[in-house]
Amino acid sequence: MAVMTVREALRAELREWLKDDRVFIIGEDIGYYGSTYGVTAGFLEEYGPEKIRDAPIAEAGIVGVGIGAAMLGMRPIVEIMSVNFSLLAFDQIINHAAKLYYMFGGQMQCPLVLRTTNGWRNLSATHSQAFDTMFAYVPGLKVVAPATPADMKALFRAAMEDPDPVIFIEHTLMYGVKGEVPDDYQAKIGESRLAREGKDVTIVTYSRPVHLCMEVAEKLSKEEGIECEIIDLRTIRPLDMSKALTSFRKTNRAVVVSEEWQSHGVQAEVVARLYEHGFDYVDAPIERVGYVEVPFPYATNLENQVVVTPERIEAAIRKVLE
Amino acid sequence: MATTPETTERYAGLSAEQLIDMYRQMVLIRVFEEKCQEMYTRAKIGGFLHLYVGQEAVAVGTINALKPEDHIITHYRDHGHALARGLDPKALMAELFGKATGCAAGLGGSMHFVDVSKRFWGGYAIVGSHLLMACGMGTALKLQKKPEVVMVFFGDGATNGGEFYEALNFAKLGKLPVVFVCENNLFAMGTPIAVHSSVQEIYRKACAFDMTAERVDGNDLIATYEAALRAVEHARSGQGPVLLECVTYRLRGHSAQDTQKYRTKEEIEKYRARDPNQVFRKKLIEDGILSEEQAQQIERQMEQVVDEAVQFADQSPPAEEKWLDPTSAYANPIADKY
Repeated sequence: MAVMTVREALRAELREWLKDDRVFIIGEDIGYYGSTYGVTAGFLEEYGPEKIRDAPIAEAGIVGVGIGAAMLGMRPIVEIMSVNFSLLAFDQIINHAAKLYYMFGGQMQCPLVLRTTNGWRNLSATHSQAFDTMFAYVPGLKVVAPATPADMKALFRAAMEDPDPVIFIEHTLMYGVKGEVPDDYQAKIGESRLAREGKDVTIVTYSRPVHLCMEVAEKLSKEEGIECEIIDLRTIRPLDMSKALTSFRKTNRAVVVSEEWQSHGVQAEVVARLYEHGFDYVDAPIERVGYVEVPFPYATNLENQVVVTPERIEAAIRKVLE
Repeated sequence: MATTPETTERYAGLSAEQLIDMYRQMVLIRVFEEKCQEMYTRAKIGGFLHLYVGQEAVAVGTINALKPEDHIITHYRDHGHALARGLDPKALMAELFGKATGCAAGLGGSMHFVDVSKRFWGGYAIVGSHLLMACGMGTALKLQKKPEVVMVFFGDGATNGGEFYEALNFAKLGKLPVVFVCENNLFAMGTPIAVHSSVQEIYRKACAFDMTAERVDGNDLIATYEAALRAVEHARSGQGPVLLECVTYRLRGHSAQDTQKYRTKEEIEKYRARDPNQVFRKKLIEDGILSEEQAQQIERQMEQVVDEAVQFADQSPPAEEKWLDPTSAYANPIADKY
């Protein structure tokens, strides 16, 4: 069993796919520059400019090229460097990638994997956002946001094998996170994961906050004997609530944690479903932890209070246990 | 009836048989569109209906320059392209009627005609966006080393949006086998070209990308066909993309509900005198390629074809309810779990 970082896990899986004649990667600064977050560093030299396609700074074009190529049987990997830039490609993603299969009566498929990153750190308002919920809102898209190196690798494989467009959300602050990647490990789109067993409170989360929640859970277990059960959703459309609901029916208390503005997001959907399908099991109002609802500030002292922190997660857990 | 060497030259080397077939296609489009208007008025067709009346020579002239293995992707005024490509009028009318037998199972409607078996990759209703997908198709063909070309249609209005410029840049950078066909009908919806575009000769916009471009009278079938042949040959031979501007005029409104306040009756009448179908019909008769009787016979046949399409659409079952299942939006359906 190998121990890898998220970045290494992704690189290993991308290499597997680059052997396939149908696969190419297209994005900004993925080749000559050497890749902004290092995921495709060195690939241009290794695989050449037909496979590693440096694109103009034209996000609609990058995604549109991916869609057209997918229609004619290719398996493009489209990289949008930062999810903030995906807004320029929303027409392509939502009006086209998400619609082709249904709108044309099942005649066409769009097997596109769109890799993009959430993230922040002194980047201010236009470079620190997360739009998970905006993708997940749209029927026709699948939205995957793994947390561990093993899931990154396995779910990227699942996304590439899937005939539908998949939005694959990474996180700029997670590429260095290490973890074990078993050789035969597999994960499926639309299946959540029990990340930690516990009896006292259910935490429903995904992507980078999974690691923050694990940290808080270990601390509370060690210091006070509080046992958190953590459910990593891994996919947010389609949404697998089965493990979260089983856990909630056991603990009767839940905290939902994600890196997004707190209102109108994935959290809202998860909380609604916990109430809809677990109403008889509620012992305390469900708490949620997300970004404070302001555009992101640049200054560190402010930014540190906007983001999801272990302290805020711990406070929410204590509140539902009151 | 046979062509003489002289007429052969004048008609781009097309045989009498081919010329008559092209006239048949133009008539089919015209009759189909007029019937659509009637069916819209009778509420058999809903939504937006953008008719192709007056632009027939563009679709027929350009699409006949393609081979069956070439690819077409187009805009929302897509009936003419679909019929010129040989899509089944029955499946098209059924689509307009929202029936299960429609070319898109009743899910797409007028703006989203499709038939992948004919390499007709659909009509797209967000102006300009499909030009980028055409570049992706061209990229795929190049990587697959296939000698096929992509022909993409759009209007003059689409050439002001960012996607047009992104697409021309991508196509030229990659030397992609894409023929960009601009149907310049002088209006972006109801806004005249002098109001919506700083440059009114659209083909000049290609020079920013050092792209081969040509402007042709899109109401002249043979001139359009010849220009399209040149463009397709250029793209197929690996020399990269071409922008072909076909100047034309739509004789009906932007959509079936258009009151056409933005133009005068006189202007429409002026262009009616240059109706591409009438011009071509007259020319074929004058040159002895087609007789008046033959022309009338073709027109009667096409009316029958369209009537049969209406009958088929009327008698077809409604769109299937299976499409209400949320997982039906996916080729690989995965349901939410509770």
